[in-house]
Amino acid sequence: MIELSAFAALYIFMLAAFTGYEVIAKVPAILHTPLMSGSNFVHGIVLVGAMVALGHAESTGGQIIGFIGVILGAGNAVGGYVVTERMLEMFKSSGKKDAKKSEGNG
Amino acid sequence: MDDTLSLAIQASYYIAAFLFIMGLKRMSSPVTAASGIKWAGVGMVVATAITFAYPGMHNFMLMTTAIFVGGLLAWWTGKKVAMTDMPQMIALYNGMGGGSAAAISGVELLAVSSGATTHSTVFMVLAVLGGFIGSVSFSGSMIAFGKLQGLIRKDFRFKGQNFVNLALLGAIAWLGITVAGGHADISTLALFFGLTLLLGVTMTLPIGGADMPVVISLYNAMTGLAVAFEGFVLNNAAMIIAGTVVGSAGSLLTQLMAKAMNRSLGNVLFSGFGGESAAAGGEVSGSMKAIEATDVGVMMAFAQKVIIIPGYGMAVAQAQHKVWELTQLLSERGVDVKFAIHPVAGRMPGHMNVLLAEAGVPYDLIYDADEINADFESTDVALVIGANDVVNPVARTDPSSPIFGMPILNADKAKNCIVIKRGQGAGFSGIENLLFFLDNTRMLYGDGQAAVSELIQAVKEL
Repeated sequence: MIELSAFAALYIFMLAAFTGYEVIAKVPAILHTPLMSGSNFVHGIVLVGAMVALGHAESTGGQIIGFIGVILGAGNAVGGYVVTERMLEMFKSSGKKDAKKSEGNG
Repeated sequence: MDDTLSLAIQASYYIAAFLFIMGLKRMSSPVTAASGIKWAGVGMVVATAITFAYPGMHNFMLMTTAIFVGGLLAWWTGKKVAMTDMPQMIALYNGMGGGSAAAISGVELLAVSSGATTHSTVFMVLAVLGGFIGSVSFSGSMIAFGKLQGLIRKDFRFKGQNFVNLALLGAIAWLGITVAGGHADISTLALFFGLTLLLGVTMTLPIGGADMPVVISLYNAMTGLAVAFEGFVLNNAAMIIAGTVVGSAGSLLTQLMAKAMNRSLGNVLFSGFGGESAAAGGEVSGSMKAIEATDVGVMMAFAQKVIIIPGYGMAVAQAQHKVWELTQLLSERGVDVKFAIHPVAGRMPGHMNVLLAEAGVPYDLIYDADEINADFESTDVALVIGANDVVNPVARTDPSSPIFGMPILNADKAKNCIVIKRGQGAGFSGIENLLFFLDNTRMLYGDGQAAVSELIQAVKEL
């Protein structure tokens, strides 16, 4: 595999931290719950790491822990996806275009 | 051949990272949100599928079984959970992610302690940190789940709990340094993980149910960070990016939530709420004045502007469908009906929006506190259903009140304010609500769903 140098990894870390902050900064409060759920799904990528760890485990102890890790990671990814999708599917507009702009703010 | 495969794996992770960020970006607007989760979902499938081709892997039977077991259980529970129970499910799945990150550290550190491999100091430190954060997030989230699900009912506060936690933390730090040094045997390693799991439990048990959303959000950010550390350990850029993005986004979300609840994060974590503050708050003079549903029906039907303020009480009474029916009836009569949502209505910021969306209320009728507070003065009827502290004017006026300074919805400024309430008792926090005693407020006593049904009947009969 292509090795990341320690500094390349640090740069990725820094840029990703700013990205996460910027992506969320302007989110309306109405989406806070689905968004938390959505970000919960995104860290389900831990499944990939658990698979690699289990795939390279030699000892029985390592295999048991890795097995549990993959179960938990798969639960995080799948569960996070299902509940986020269910919530977001329900958000519907009233169909009136610019309903919010034309009413209110008066 | 190996080079091509390696390139394909790296390219897939790159695409996955791109899709995660784009997905989160799309999830930050209600118009594109539903497609955002699908983008991120595609990224996850791509990353998971290509990982089977990762070089030097075995244990494929175990791996596939584990994915099916974990995935099916989560899919099944996620499909059948009620919308009102969503916060604890997020806690549960988040805890699983933290546990998974801790398990990665477990496998790697176990291999080191048995002498199978050696690694650099940076690797060891990050593995220990990832294992620590992941374990705390795992056991803490499970306690949060148990509390919100009603499995754990007590708050277990005792004097000196902060010292106990501090002592635990000290022991963990010492063990962690030993492990990172690379000379730890298996029992030291087990003790390290055992104490870390225990710390998550003792940290979370004393925290009250009302503060749990902030805690869940914090653990969500912590799991993200743990995943990022494991990404360093496994040299996986997709994990570093996804984990870090969630870690920083989650930290911001935690701050926003704590601010909306008028608490500081330190306050949430290190002191129990409710114990000492329940008795506080000024005295209220005057009396509550009751009203009949038929009168409220007439009042609303002939109003020009109505603002409905739903609280968690409405969701508990399952009244949201009836509320939407009432809204449609009023709209047909030409009444301008809007919904005002306080940031902490429901169990979690934004939770009430999900519950209203489930009943079919379009999101563009729903307004934040900041957007709508100026409108109350020109509003004929403000209808409060199952909300209490978030409409209590003492938050503006009484510096001695525990909720002083909390942003509230200015229902008291409407020409008429109707409060649907089960009985005369104080709210969740035990603070008397000044709004109920004002001259322009009338109380409509009864169960939320029954009361709104009566209102619908009253409007229909006009």
